[in-house]
Parts: sequence; C-alpha cells; structure tokens
Amino acid sequence: MSMPDTSNSMAGDGEPLANARLINYADAIREGLATAMENDPSVFLMGEGIADPASFFGTTKGLLDQFGAARAVEMPIAENGMVGVAIGAALSGQRPVISLHRVEFALLAIEQIVNNAAKSHYVSNGRHKVPLVIRMIVGRGWGQGPEHSQSLESIFGHFPGLKVMMPTMPMDAKGMLIAAIEDDSPVISIEHRWLHYSEGHVPEGHYVTALDGPAVLRPGGDVTIVGTSYMNLEALRAAEVLAEVGCEVELIDLRMVRPLNMAPILESVGRTGRLLTVDSSWAAFGTGAEVCAQVAEHAFSALKAPPRRMALANHPTPSSRGMVPGFYPDSISIAQAVGELCGLSASDVGAVVSKLVEMNGDQPIDTPNAYFKGPF
Amino acid sequence: MLRIRLVEEAIAARYVDQEMRCPVHLSVGQEATAVGVCAPLRPEDKVYSTHRSHAHYLAKGGDLKAMLAEIYGKAAGCCGGRGGSMHLFDTSVGMELSVPIVGSSIPLATGAALAMKQRGEDNVAVVIIGDAAIEEGVFHESMNFAELNKLPVIYVCENNLFSIYTSLNQRQPDRPITDLAEAHGVASGQADGNDIEAVCSTMAAAVGRAREGGGPSFLVFETYRWFEHCGPNMDNHLGYRTEQEFENWKGRDPVAAARAALIQSGAGDEAALATLADDLSREIDAAFEFAKNAPLPGPDAAVQHVYA
Repeated sequence: MSMPDTSNSMAGDGEPLANARLINYADAIREGLATAMENDPSVFLMGEGIADPASFFGTTKGLLDQFGAARAVEMPIAENGMVGVAIGAALSGQRPVISLHRVEFALLAIEQIVNNAAKSHYVSNGRHKVPLVIRMIVGRGWGQGPEHSQSLESIFGHFPGLKVMMPTMPMDAKGMLIAAIEDDSPVISIEHRWLHYSEGHVPEGHYVTALDGPAVLRPGGDVTIVGTSYMNLEALRAAEVLAEVGCEVELIDLRMVRPLNMAPILESVGRTGRLLTVDSSWAAFGTGAEVCAQVAEHAFSALKAPPRRMALANHPTPSSRGMVPGFYPDSISIAQAVGELCGLSASDVGAVVSKLVEMNGDQPIDTPNAYFKGPF
Repeated sequence: MLRIRLVEEAIAARYVDQEMRCPVHLSVGQEATAVGVCAPLRPEDKVYSTHRSHAHYLAKGGDLKAMLAEIYGKAAGCCGGRGGSMHLFDTSVGMELSVPIVGSSIPLATGAALAMKQRGEDNVAVVIIGDAAIEEGVFHESMNFAELNKLPVIYVCENNLFSIYTSLNQRQPDRPITDLAEAHGVASGQADGNDIEAVCSTMAAAVGRAREGGGPSFLVFETYRWFEHCGPNMDNHLGYRTEQEFENWKGRDPVAAARAALIQSGAGDEAALATLADDLSREIDAAFEFAKNAPLPGPDAAVQHVYA
C-alpha cells in the first residue's frame, strides 16, 4: 500500500473528501453515535455522566434529548458490573456503547472484558454474539498524573476475541465507530483526549470505515513509521519537515491494534528497509514491540537497520510539567530517531530540529499543540 | 429431580474411566433448588449459571446428550467441546450460559433484564449463584443498578455453606444474607432449599413480581452438596465438615423428601416411581453411549469463531 488508502480520501457517497465539512474529532464521534442510534433501535449508550453538562468531552452532547433516558443510560460508578451489564445486554441482542472517562477505569472491568466479552462467541461455538463497543479515553497533559494518562491498548490487544481500535483522524473516528457498533464482535475503542480538538473533513450521514487496519497517512520511500493515535500527528509533523531535507517518511496509522493487519506494513518495510514505531504507551510488551517482532520474523532480509521503537519513558507519568519533558515522543525526537535510522547528516538533522523548534513555538508541554487543528 | 440425581450419580460412577476429561462439579443434594427455581419459568426466560451448572441446565430443559457430549469434549457437545462442564448452555430453552468465575454471570443476567425492559418484553432473567458470590463487588454493583432501573432480574443464592472448603462463617459475619439485598432496596426471600415446594412457591412469587414491573428480587435457598467441591468422590476425610453435619443434611435428602411427599399425597406410588427410575436410567445410559461414541472435534475447529 504505497498510496493513501482511498477510503480516507473519498466521502462515503463518492464525493471527494475535500468537499466534506471540517469538524472536530469529538463532534465526529457524536455524529457517529447519533447516526448509529438513528439507524438501529437496539443501539444504546451507557456511561458515567452520560447526561451531565460536560457530556463526555462533548462526544455525547444532545444525545439524551434526542434519544431519551432509556437509550442514554446513566451508569452507577461500578465499572465491572456495568461493563458486565452491557455484555449481558449485547448477548441478548442489544448493541450497547459504554463509555469510560479514562482507560484506567477499565481496569476495574477487566474480568468482564477478558472473560465474558472476549470469549462468549468462541466458547459457545459461535452461537453467542457480543456486539459491544467500549470507549476508553486516554488522557494526557495538564497534570493528569500516573492514573489518568496511561494508554493501555496492549492489555486489550493481548486477547483473541477482542478488537481494539485507535482512530487518529476525525473521519476515521466516525466511520470506525459506526463500523464498531455494527460489528458483531466486542470492540475496544481507545480515544486520545488531545485528538478531540483536532479537525478534519468528515462526511455527513452514514458511512463505515472498515476495521481492517493500517492506512497510509503520507507515502514515502526512505523509512516506514508506524504510529498509533495522537503520536501520528507528531510523526506527521516530523515527516513534513524531514521531507524538506529530502528524507521521505512513509507514515502508517496503525488504526487497529487487533486484529493486527501486518500486510501493508510488511509491504512498506519491504520498500523502505527501515522501521520506526511510535507508540502512545510503553515500549516493553507493547504495540510497537509486536509490530517490530513481526517485521523481524517476516521481513528480516529487507531490513537495512534494526527496527526501532519509540514510546513513553520507562516510568509512570508524573503530574508536574517540570518532569514531562522527554517523557513523550514528539516531532523533534521522532525526527532525530529518523535521522539516526536513515543516516542523515548532522547538519540536515540540525536543520530539521531547528525548524521544528521554531514551528512548535513556546507551546506549553502540557497542552495540545495548536498545529493539530487540522484539516487532515 | 430424580433425573438430575441419576445423571449426576452416573457421571460420578463413570468419571474414573478418564473419558470425561474436564473438572466436574456435582450438584447431588442440591436438586430441589435447581428444579424449584426453573419450574415457574418459561422457555423465553433466561437462566445464567456457574461452574456447578449441570442441574440448572437440565432443570431449564437443556439437552442431556449435548450436555454429556460437552463433558466428554465431543463436537456434538453444547459448546462443541470448547467449554466443558463449566460452560453449559442451550439458548433454545433459555439456558443462556454458565461461567466459572464466581460472580461473573451476575451482571450478564442484569444486562439481559435491561435488554428485556428496553424491548418491552415481560420475560425475566435469573442468575443462580453460590453463597460466595455475594462477597464479590459485582453482586452489589449489579443489584444497585437493577433496583435503580426496576429490572426483571432474580438473583438466586444457592447457599450450600461452603466456598470449596471454606465455610460461610469463615467468610462472612453472622447476619442474615438477605440484609444485603434489603440494603439495596431489593426485595428478598428465603426458603429451605431442599424443599421443592418451598423453593418453587418463593420463586414463583418473585417471577410474578418481576413480570409486572416490580423489579428485582434476591432469594436465598439453603442446601448442601454431598460430593466433593470438584470431582466424583467424597471429601469428608479432609475434615472441613463433620460427619455429623454431613449425615444431618443427607437426612434431609430433597429427592427422598419429594418422593415421600408424592406417595403421601397419592400423586405417585412405589411402582410408578420405580418405572420412572427405570425409564430414566435407560435414557441416561443411551445419552452416555451417544457421548462416548461421538467424534472428538479436530484441531481445525479450535481456530474458528474467534470473531463473530
């Protein structure tokens, strides 16, 4: 897959995507939920504070008024029980979408997710179905600290039977969410808070973006970067500046942690010979580790350099912005890593870093970069 | 009840052949709760069970051949051999599923009741749990939500006094178990779990209430397992229960009590019950032959049905 996935460049009705409206990621999710609920009366929402004024970072705004309390179900603070209730409703033919304000809250529900959501279809020899979506928000910035900031996709990606998606672009946020709701398997959806602010061209009405994995965000022949979630935006910015010194990055948005479709990644690494993964979690036992391992297994002879993982520094997330510098990969550290992988000259790397420092300006490290407004 | 007793005894007798190659948790001594709970239910009502699920599966109308084939690990089993004894289900009769993690099925039944309410049905969901399950947080989480939303779910506690070898008084303070439900505002009931009539009438009242929109109930039935926690043998020699206690409960055999009641009321006589036992034994022998002779699933089947 050397060119951008056409599903990302065309609206659902075949209109060029550039003609679609520019809206932000949070609104795209809200539209996806509303569209799915309008289409199918068995779709319902559950969440803590689903009806509160903040309405889940705006992603459920207005849905209580539109669909009523029976389909926008307020949830007690009881994650294991309520995820189990959603699984039970899904087993009974409803299509619940349950939202958790932070991915950490899902740790309280891990028993239900791992045992009942992931296995009911399998253990019943295909008779039971669990058409369930569990939205989990990944926090970052403004002192979120060690228990409001983790990106735990590799936990859920470990289990056969779960699908795990991490849309980056607003169009995918809506199209993949609708696809997840219509899917008969349980889908874990991990949304990065900072992406909620980003804008993109999003078609109106119903469309689905297949849960089939990677999309090329930017074609290139020198190095393959596989990114997840918000990290794609940092990588995209690095790639744009690296191109100015003649280094062409092929940036692949993984989109699906499980099932993991390696074919487009192996094809890309086959051309570029270099792989960098940029993770929104820790490197050890993580998504990037799995991608690197599979590339090493299946495309070893194509590699011109050892595959490399970039991820969070190897400690829990500190709250103070004084300790955050260096914790997250960013466009600068990504560009430096690409420079090492591709053997760029010190002067080229220096020029790229200088440009990125200038572009980033004096943006505080604990707030989303204004650059990421889009459109994409 | 007699059918369940004979099936369980046959499993115990044949387990030594090592052809049933999965753990079995037998319900001998607990038959009255299974039958009394399921008797007032319609096929459309859904039952959720635990690791000790044979009696529940049969009482709800599950297919004996499919159950035994599952325990034998055969493709004809109700889970195609993927579940074994602890994952019995037959959705065609409303035996929805069994899961072995203590308390894990409680929210599933609650969610089924939510779905029933959302669709405007008047069916009920029933989850049968043991006395240890009420120690799990998910019991309280589910009950709180069910009462809040007046869901048609009935939480049935089969209190057999032990969690493996740990007695109730080592795990819980001395207070009525039903107080836990009352604290959540959930209606509760209690009856002798070895008295089929008492279980059945208590259950029927809760079912009626749930169907009419009255909300959830929590019912406690005291009963006792005769065999070891898991397996075909007795385990009294371990010393976790006294021989005296065991004999006292055996003296309250629910099957014998039901038999005596039938004869006393004139609804049955010795000859009719003997004929029934013979018919059941033939059916059970045939089901075992079916299960033993059925083919094992191949390795190819193991990779199917990961995703729907």
